[in-house]
Amino acid sequence: MIKPIVLLGLTLLSASAWAADSPASLMAHYAQTAGVPVAGLSATRGAALYRTEHPGRDGQPVSCASCHTASPTQAGRTRVGKRIEPLAPVANPERFTDAAKVEKWFRRNCMDVLQRECSAQEKGDFIAWLSQLK
Amino acid sequence: MNYLLRGIGVLATVGAISLLAFSLPSGEARGDGGGEALPKLTHKNWQQECASCHLAYPPALLPKASWQRLMGGLDQHFGENASLDPVTQADILRFLEAHAADSGYSPMGSKVMRRQGTDKAPLRITETRWFVGKHDEVPRAAWSRKAVGSAANCAACHRKAEQGVFDEHDVRIPK
Repeated sequence: MIKPIVLLGLTLLSASAWAADSPASLMAHYAQTAGVPVAGLSATRGAALYRTEHPGRDGQPVSCASCHTASPTQAGRTRVGKRIEPLAPVANPERFTDAAKVEKWFRRNCMDVLQRECSAQEKGDFIAWLSQLK
Repeated sequence: MNYLLRGIGVLATVGAISLLAFSLPSGEARGDGGGEALPKLTHKNWQQECASCHLAYPPALLPKASWQRLMGGLDQHFGENASLDPVTQADILRFLEAHAADSGYSPMGSKVMRRQGTDKAPLRITETRWFVGKHDEVPRAAWSRKAVGSAANCAACHRKAEQGVFDEHDVRIPK
């Protein structure tokens, strides 16, 4: 009787542990996937990825800053006017704490801005830049 | 040791019960019967996912066929990639279908259906004859004012839209 209960307890514990990611753990994950040490991630490249404008689907130039504003410590706005909480963890500690959510938004937004998925190196660089903003 | 096991057991039970409570079908209460009232709905994925970019539009404002088209094309969602994992996508579609205009769930849905135009599966709420009729007194220029942005931004004028209240008394069109 006790064994199944203990097993259930362990399952619940691991289920709650699964969302506990951090900018550091995600950087480690992306660096490993890219086959580079964490020190090989570049905040400078991350900043460039954020700011570089690309031709958007409707011909207008588009970048991360288009919605997230020039300063990721500030709140942004979606195309239909809804507030986007700041991207930088210093302004919004919830950022980069849920790997599934991070992957979902990289997938969507890289497709929208770059018309392709981002590489693990790019994702790592991006978080490396955002997480050191003061 | 025994106490430890018992402690884990209690924790696990409490955890299981609360998990169960969260995964139960959403708490729903029907509207107050008035034809204009939208039913208050709660559904975790619908609110969390749809409302991350825009208002979680009331499912009663489009028929099932519209929601099926919409949810089938999330990777090209009005010019943006809004793709979801298949499980979440199916969960939200089930909810939308169950409360759609033609689901018989709300009087508001029936009104939308009664004014249905030739397009049986419009992708935009703003394309339905019901919406156009309801907003015919709004000056054309108001839709593109900076504070409004577009007709997709219900909350610009319907100040309580986030709470599901679209009553005309709460409407303030920004200058």
